[in-house]
Amino acid sequence: MPVRAAEERVDDFKEVACGFSLEDALHECARCLECPNPACVAGCPVGIDIPGFIVKMEEKDYRGAYDILSDSNLLPAICGRVCPQENQCEGVCPVGETLEPVAIGRLERWLGDEAIKNNWNTLPHIEPVRHKVGVVGSGPAGLACAADLAKAGCDVTIYEALHKPGGVLRYGIPEFRLPNDVVDAEIANITRLGVTIECNTLVGRLFTIEQMRDEMGFDAVFIGTGAGAPNFMNIPGETLNGVLSANEMLTRCNLMMAGKFPDFDTPMHMGRQVAVIGAGNTAMDAMRVALRIGAEKVHCVYRRTEAESPARLEELHHAQEEGIEFHWLTAPVEILDDGAGNVRAMRCLRMELGEPDDSGRRRPVPIEGSEFEFETDMVVYAIGTKANPILGQTSKLGLNKWGYIDANETLATSIAGVYAGGDIVTGAATVILAMGAGRRAARSIKTYLGIRDSEAKYRSEQVGCAGTLFGIDLGERNFSPIRLAG
Amino acid sequence: MSDFQIIDRQDFSDTTFLLEVCHPAMARAARPGQFVIALVDEHGERIPLTIADFDRDKGTITLVVQAVGKTTRQMQQTCQTGSALYGLVGPMGAPSHVADVGKVVCVGGGLGVAPVFPQARAFKENGAYVIGVVGFRSKDLIFWEDKFRSCCDELIICTDDGSAGIKGLVTDGLKSAIEHHEDVDEVVAIGPPVMMKACAETTRPHGIRTMVSLNPIMVDGTGMCGGCRVRVGGEMKFACVDGPDFDGHTVDFDDLMNRLRRFTEDERAAMERWNENCKRLEQAGQTTGTV
Ligand SMILES: Cc1cc2nc3c(=O)[nH]c(=O)nc-3n(C[C@H](O)[C@H](O)[C@H](O)COP(=O)(O)OP(=O)(O)OC[C@H]3O[C@@H](n4cnc5c(N)ncnc54)[C@H](O)[C@@H]3O)c2cc1C
Ligand code: FES
Repeated sequence: MPVRAAEERVDDFKEVACGFSLEDALHECARCLECPNPACVAGCPVGIDIPGFIVKMEEKDYRGAYDILSDSNLLPAICGRVCPQENQCEGVCPVGETLEPVAIGRLERWLGDEAIKNNWNTLPHIEPVRHKVGVVGSGPAGLACAADLAKAGCDVTIYEALHKPGGVLRYGIPEFRLPNDVVDAEIANITRLGVTIECNTLVGRLFTIEQMRDEMGFDAVFIGTGAGAPNFMNIPGETLNGVLSANEMLTRCNLMMAGKFPDFDTPMHMGRQVAVIGAGNTAMDAMRVALRIGAEKVHCVYRRTEAESPARLEELHHAQEEGIEFHWLTAPVEILDDGAGNVRAMRCLRMELGEPDDSGRRRPVPIEGSEFEFETDMVVYAIGTKANPILGQTSKLGLNKWGYIDANETLATSIAGVYAGGDIVTGAATVILAMGAGRRAARSIKTYLGIRDSEAKYRSEQVGCAGTLFGIDLGERNFSPIRLAG
Repeated sequence: MSDFQIIDRQDFSDTTFLLEVCHPAMARAARPGQFVIALVDEHGERIPLTIADFDRDKGTITLVVQAVGKTTRQMQQTCQTGSALYGLVGPMGAPSHVADVGKVVCVGGGLGVAPVFPQARAFKENGAYVIGVVGFRSKDLIFWEDKFRSCCDELIICTDDGSAGIKGLVTDGLKSAIEHHEDVDEVVAIGPPVMMKACAETTRPHGIRTMVSLNPIMVDGTGMCGGCRVRVGGEMKFACVDGPDFDGHTVDFDDLMNRLRRFTEDERAAMERWNENCKRLEQAGQTTGTV
């Protein structure tokens, strides 16, 4: 894929990966085998009709291709950029058995970008139903759920705590991977369906989930509040100045535009020798942002090896190209003070890999007597996140032992009419899995509200059979829920 | 998008001013001890401010701001009655636990005078005997005396120069309250970290439960960044979701004070730039005859 040269890109926040040209895109389409039983569709968490849109593209009906694509995914320009396609659609593409798989992600991005450029938006016919649905959190899970319910005619309002919508798409993933303009444009597609987004609204504190249902007239609620709370390691020195979470650094830079300080008011004081702990996608993003905001040298400190790094391969390579120094098998045990309350160095241990642990990865064990000092003036934690506690604190929602919301396979929670999905149920995962969960919850909410799902099959062969009514499953009751006064 | 209308403004001194902002839902939800995060404009930073009062009937919340940094100075200039804030989210943080106590001392100093008021009022409404201790630099900087008198059984005003009330710090007022009342069940202290630390030290020998409201640097206020972490009882807590109220006897104030210095340099740079811009605008205004 065309990318900008590392030396050129490390100084700015412009996109690293350049998109396809039309020729590239058509060339890529021609490589598709158009399998009758496409593995890629099954491999896509939202089930995009991939061969369908590729065929349209080959027919040069780009608008038609976009309509097929956006029917399952209203955020294609986003997903085309950030999905781990190698584990999904592209990972199962039969072309990939011998050659490079069809670059489905880049085609998706190309169509998404074309749609933004040409202002394509095909509004489906929406037949209003009388139901009001509230969505908490405007990350990918909430957006996807809201879109599907709006299409089904519900009156949908999304509540977002921050002053801008998008969740991790906005505050987490940096501009050089996902420009804010793209996020804005695709969120606009969702508001165009009639979804209202209310920012600056902290649900749980301004009103509770129970109040949404009982006082504010919402017939159903979807919770997609993400797994935003950053982990720390609980080692000495963690509150020194110069220690922060990747989330804080990324939020300051992406949401608050600290890179443009003092034009924007939020500062992001950058260290000279920055050590980022962890080697996942968040770590890669934090390191590459640090580099762009003026760190002299950025180090990645990880207690396992490159093989165990959970980051997308592409991100890891980009980070390596940009000159990040990797310290595998290294674990910090203490952060040291410079005497004035700032970070001076870390005390680290060298590790070696032992027996596999529960996750199947070999467990790192410290090598005795291997302690050494690692000079650094800024330590950034990117060692995962946990569930945000606010809704748990303020509602009767059932939580699991880690604090995530308990939801069953239909994504229903312990409160009737309240559904949850995305990172707040599964723990930190991916954009597309969150969207998939949002869509699944939307389907359950439709059933709960008695809205007949247009995707549900009309099974005429079963007319007259027990359990169906003219081919419509009796489970799908078209009742209007009644609200009891008082 | 912004409909956070400022419907009233009062200036208490050349640095302290009050804003009454229209937000009916927040006025309904707010409890003593909670705070908001405000944004002045799209380029602004998210700054935490304690809710100093709320009026459910009028649908407003009151913020008292001290112009100390770039953003608060800017607010002092731009936040006039009739204008609006770009962003306002809250109420945030866990509400104060207004315990059923017999006698309570509510101490407010500096920025903490206003935020301690809703707590004093809540204790009064709970039937407690409330002793208010509020500190100002001098007599003409006193505000809300009537409000405090309306909910305090006793009010001790402390001024640095002795121009009103007793001469001394709020800790002197607190000491005197404890001396006169052996049965104080709880102390609430809100103000700068040094003051809260001193209050906690004052009550520690007496073993009186002392709640403080911490004000670390925040970004989101939703538990997502960890920037607000503080050390309490040897553990790390996020002030925005676990607090902002904590037991003053277990708070590591030195750690908090150190963390508040995180961005000193950047803040200074922002201040200088802001001052320069103001000067330039003023000069331009003078030459063209407009303001
Ligand atoms: C730095 C970083 C990089 C990533 N890179 C990738 C990538 O390249 N590819 C990929 O697929 N995945 C990536 N991920 C993971 C992916 O972003 C998440 O899995 C996904 O965003 C989860 O979506 P969500 O909708 O569940 O929650 P989120 O995106 O976390 O959104 C939750 C939203 O809810 C809001 N909220 C929380 N509590 C409340 C409340 N009480 N009231 C109102 N609003 C509330 C939050 O402010 C937030 O906006 C990355 C994550 C991070 C942090
Ligand atoms: S302010 Fe970000 S976690 Fe508290």
